[in-house]
Amino acid sequence: MPTTPLHTISLLVRNKPGVLVRISLVFSRRGYNIESLVVSPGFAGSSNLDGYEAEPGEFSRMTITCSGDPQTLEQIIKQLEKLIDVVHAIDHTGQAVIESEIALLKIQAAMNSRTEILQVAENFKAKVVDYGVESLILRVAGESDKIDAFVGLLKPYGIVELVRSGKILMARGLGTT
Amino acid sequence: MAPKTTTGGVKVIQCLEREGVEVIYGYSGGAAMPIFDALIDSKIKLVLVRHEQGATHMADGYARATGKPGVVLVTSGPGATNCVTGLLTALMDSVPMIVLTGQTISPMLGKDAFQEADVTGITYPVVKHSYLVKNANDIPRIMKEAWHIATTGRPGPVLIDLPKDITQGPCTADFVDTVRLPGYKVPGRGNPEALKKAAGLLMKSKKPVLYVGHGALISNAGRAIMQFAEKLGAPIVNTLLGKGACPEDSPIHLGMLGMHGTAYANKAIQNCDLIMAIGARWDDRITGKVSEFCKDAAKIHVDIDIAEFNKIIRPDVCIAGDAKLVIEDLIPLVGKLDTAEWWKDLNGWRKQYPLKYAKKGGLRAEYVLDRLDQVGGRDCIITTDVGQHQMWAAQFCRTTKHRHWISSGGAGTMGFGFPSAIGASMATGKPSWAIVGDGGFQMTLCELATAFLQKVPVKILVINNHYLGMIRQWQELFFDNRLMGSDLEGNPDFVKLAAAYGVPGKNVTRAGDVDKVLKWAMAQTGPCLVNAEVVKEDNVFPMIPAGAGYAQMLTERPKVKMEKPTGST
Repeated sequence: MPTTPLHTISLLVRNKPGVLVRISLVFSRRGYNIESLVVSPGFAGSSNLDGYEAEPGEFSRMTITCSGDPQTLEQIIKQLEKLIDVVHAIDHTGQAVIESEIALLKIQAAMNSRTEILQVAENFKAKVVDYGVESLILRVAGESDKIDAFVGLLKPYGIVELVRSGKILMARGLGTT
Repeated sequence: MAPKTTTGGVKVIQCLEREGVEVIYGYSGGAAMPIFDALIDSKIKLVLVRHEQGATHMADGYARATGKPGVVLVTSGPGATNCVTGLLTALMDSVPMIVLTGQTISPMLGKDAFQEADVTGITYPVVKHSYLVKNANDIPRIMKEAWHIATTGRPGPVLIDLPKDITQGPCTADFVDTVRLPGYKVPGRGNPEALKKAAGLLMKSKKPVLYVGHGALISNAGRAIMQFAEKLGAPIVNTLLGKGACPEDSPIHLGMLGMHGTAYANKAIQNCDLIMAIGARWDDRITGKVSEFCKDAAKIHVDIDIAEFNKIIRPDVCIAGDAKLVIEDLIPLVGKLDTAEWWKDLNGWRKQYPLKYAKKGGLRAEYVLDRLDQVGGRDCIITTDVGQHQMWAAQFCRTTKHRHWISSGGAGTMGFGFPSAIGASMATGKPSWAIVGDGGFQMTLCELATAFLQKVPVKILVINNHYLGMIRQWQELFFDNRLMGSDLEGNPDFVKLAAAYGVPGKNVTRAGDVDKVLKWAMAQTGPCLVNAEVVKEDNVFPMIPAGAGYAQMLTERPKVKMEKPTGST
């Protein structure tokens, strides 16, 4: 578990082979671990590229969370920016952002504990996406802290599997992500 | 008109021709054969080296001597992995280079084909950028981008991995003249606010120092810096790689600073009230103990690579931009400083702590290099290997001309000196002196064959002390003289060895013969070798032990036992 606060870095990158390796090398060279990483097709909005006309599929989005001392992170951000295929890298720590994560939880759910589990789920606006004889799969979305709390509450009932998407975020207002 | 169909290999060579490439340093092999075949019908000259590492250092020397990228062409697998050291050397020292590697056919990628290696994977950390070509029609775009990336901003090596089916197969794409790289930004002029702030700090200084690095040389900022320094009345010091940006024989130049810099340059650093880095990156050879480095001095940092800002030192002002443009813009913003007292100090130190060496007790490396400087060394390009001879050469061979000093600084690559001299001489037609140690020379001496075949005016000066001298020096000073792995017992007879390659050579063992032998070498039109049998157990001073502060500078052999250094290597 990280001992220093987590930082979230958003990147707009060119969708090229090797871009993920180049990015992860910036972290691993300094002995830094990536806590979570989300990569998905990117939409290069007008504010990001100074009028550059993007081709379909030309860009990807990455959201990386990691921990580390501020000086090393400053260096990591600059080294990420320096990569040819990275359009920008922004550390959003301390900024006003909307953040979100999705988790799927498979829970051992005997008949006598189901009601309680479903009550917890309802309070977290989680959805039952698989209703089995011995198990339930719940899908919950929201800020990572909320998911942590949800997982904590369901632990006593027996979590069989847990898959989290990793955090994505967006700067509030017209700020750049 | 639709472009003519050709092969990918031919297209690669045509793209290089369009960029004005005259020479490729290469070593052939199966996966690169279609590209080598395309060279038959090209004006580009192939220099067939004897080992791929040599090819990279020749291309490196070519690039450092001209500012134009050096081009390397090798085959897949071991051919490509032999280039890794050369890539690191070029990356660390910001040298533009294009490395073309053959690769197995694309359907066999990742299937452990003969001579297959994941070359882009192996080289990610040692390139500025790289490509694995999957479609022959991408070749013109990739070649254009590679050239642009290698040569602009902070230059560096770009690798292009070319599967054989791509270079052998058809290419119908037309040449490309523009690049689309939305993630790649190159700073040009400095931010006016930052310039103003820097000028304000400068105008308050009474004891300024301009610390000039390789970036100044790359941006051709030397003349502007001289004008700037003269206007301010400020002294100049340079890094190992900054040698040649500004003439070292100028009265306002204090020579090299840092671990083995001149004592007077280092005294200036220790006592200045402002230090301005121009295209230099506060390397650990320069700063020593960072927390003690110029503790109370104002700091200004000019660099084209913003990742260098706040990396080692937190300067008061950082100016992102091309060194030449930044300095030119700063000149009108500053005036003459009151540095008369400062110059009294500086000139006092110059008198008190000159570079010196023992004149007795056998032939000294310092003497040989001092004489080389006197008998015409400055008119030649000087390249070095890594170690004691490199530091002595940096101290005694003053560099007065732009791009006349070529040395592996960041990577400290042994084996660099000799092949880089071949590249530098081929690029410029100028004679060069490859000053090498007996250790480093043996790492790439197979290129004697290349030097002989190309008839290049490369004069190899082996500073032969039969030791890895710098290692032996550290073991003597910091490890109770317990020698391990530093005795080069079993050295060959270098003059006979050169003769076997058709390269004439001479030994020099007495100080009285040095001028005669150096002049003999100067008169040679092709390659030649001078083997100087120097005092075996000599040390380089001044010296700031790694990780120590400037106050701990040694100007001679210490009388007391030294602690083991804490800094990096």
